[in-house]
Formats: sequence, structure tokens, C-alpha cells
Amino acid sequence: MNPISPRVLLVRGMLAGLLAGLAAFLVAYVLGESKVDAAIAIEEAGHAAHDHGEEAAPVSRALQATAGLGTGTLLYGIALGGIAALVFCYALGRIGRFGPRVTALLVSGGLFVALNLVPFLKYPSNPPAVGDPDTVVRRTTLYVLMIALSALLSAAALILGRRLAPKLGNWNASIIASVAFVAAVAIAYASLPGINEVPADFPAALIWQFRLATLAIQATIWTTFGLAFGVLAERVLTPAAAPRATAQPAS
Amino acid sequence: MAHSAVPTTAPAVAPISLSALAPWAVFVGVLMLVLLYLVGAEQGATALFEGDTVHEWMHDGRHLLGFPCH
Repeated sequence: MNPISPRVLLVRGMLAGLLAGLAAFLVAYVLGESKVDAAIAIEEAGHAAHDHGEEAAPVSRALQATAGLGTGTLLYGIALGGIAALVFCYALGRIGRFGPRVTALLVSGGLFVALNLVPFLKYPSNPPAVGDPDTVVRRTTLYVLMIALSALLSAAALILGRRLAPKLGNWNASIIASVAFVAAVAIAYASLPGINEVPADFPAALIWQFRLATLAIQATIWTTFGLAFGVLAERVLTPAAAPRATAQPAS
Repeated sequence: MAHSAVPTTAPAVAPISLSALAPWAVFVGVLMLVLLYLVGAEQGATALFEGDTVHEWMHDGRHLLGFPCH
């Protein structure tokens, strides 16, 4: 067993998550804010009597787009970094003969698919002006349910892959586990109710760009986290990494 | 054997024992989920605090990170 304390990796995971949140903020600010503004302009032009943000909004648009967005993305990054570090603690040395850096990338890639991509493809993000405020409880419940389901199915696929690996080898076992995961996700997609509350006259291009911005933000978070955490984790897990690397450069 | 990227001569990294990990996983896991709830859903679907300041403050982040907002 590895003598390292999970605390050491957790602290580094949250640090890497903070960095990932910062990168996410930059991407969200550059790619996303113009889409949010465009959607709010449509919302206000469409129905001036609507109650959202009309009467003395408690937070101005300028604050929402900077400090508010920054708080959201940084806290989101720290929280996901902590969770990913815990998953890494479990995955290290258990998913094959991978070193800390490769394990970190596999974990962050897996969490991107399980926590963001799979739920997103069923319940994609929506800009302001899309979505009926009266259905927010139902939409939030379904979204959280989809994330939980996706996480459970990913864990099940991982267990299946590990069971099959001794007989079939890692490559074939991974393919079979992935196919099983896709099939299970397809069944989940088919059984859960769909949500489409996009107004008929809302520009399709704006929805598309907004959703691409969401994917770009999520991809930024997990790429940054995976790379940064891999370096930080390797430093504490293999302090002798530097001399070994010079003795035996990659074969 | 069919493992791919890593040569078989690479030293295996020892796993961390589950009993050492469990208390951290439970405590920090719950803490991180509370944090995600505050960013993603507080004063949206449900509310612990009155008003809508948290909702409005997190507004852009919620939309762009993919949470249902309003």
C-alpha cells in the first residue's frame, strides 16, 4: 500500500482545480459572456413585462459578468478538483500500470465524460430567455438525476472492464466496457423525458454557440486540471522521478 | 499482455489503502457537493437562504456551466 496521505493529494487537487477554474473563467468571459448578453437582449426585447431582473436587480450585469462569473467558475473548479483528487486516490495503481500523470489525465478525461458530456448531450445548457421559470425544479431534478446516473454507469463500466481484463487483456476489456457504457447511456437517454423549452423564434445559431461555449469551458476545466494535477501528484508520489527519467528516458 | 502506453518495465505505483481514503472521501466529498449546490442550484430549484442574491450573483456561471438556471 502507498504510504502517502490522501490529504496531500486533496490539497493539490483543489489547487489544480483553482487553476482550472481560473482558466474556465477566462474562456467563459471571452467566449460566453457575449452570448449571455445577446440572449438577455432578446429576452428584454421580447417581453419587457417579464419579472426577471427587471425591478432593481440585486446584482448588476457588470458584476454578474465579472466577479459573479469568477466566483462561480473558481468555486466550481475547486469543488471538482477536490472530487477528482478523491477519484484519483482510488484510481492510482488500480486501473492498470499507469504513472501519476497518465492516471491524472485518464481520471479527468473520464470525469469530463461522466459528469459533463453525457448529461450535457441529454440536457444541454441554455442561455437566459430559454427555459420556463416554473419548470426549474423539474429541470434541475432531471439534470442532477442524469449526472448521478451517468456517474453510476461509469463506475459500473469501470468495474466490468477490470473484471474482464485478466481474461481478455486491457484493450479488449476496455472496448467491451465502453460499448456497454454507451448502450446503457442510450437506454437512459431513451427512458428519461426530454426537455425543450426553446422559444420558437429564438435564434438557433445563438443556442448553438452558447452550448459550444459551455463545452469549451468544461473541456478547459478538465484539461487544465488533468495536466496541472498530474505534475503536482507526480512530484509527491515519485520524488525520485527526475533521476529516474534521466537514467531511462522513455522507451 | 495487452497493456498499451506504458512499458512493462515501468514500476507499478502502489495503490492507496481504502481505509485511509474513506474518511477523506466521505467528509470532503460531502463538502464539495455542498459547494457545487451553492454554485449550481441554491435559490433556483430550492433555497436555503431567503432572497435571490446568491442566484443573481452566480447567474452567468450557472448558465455557462450548464446548470438549469431559471
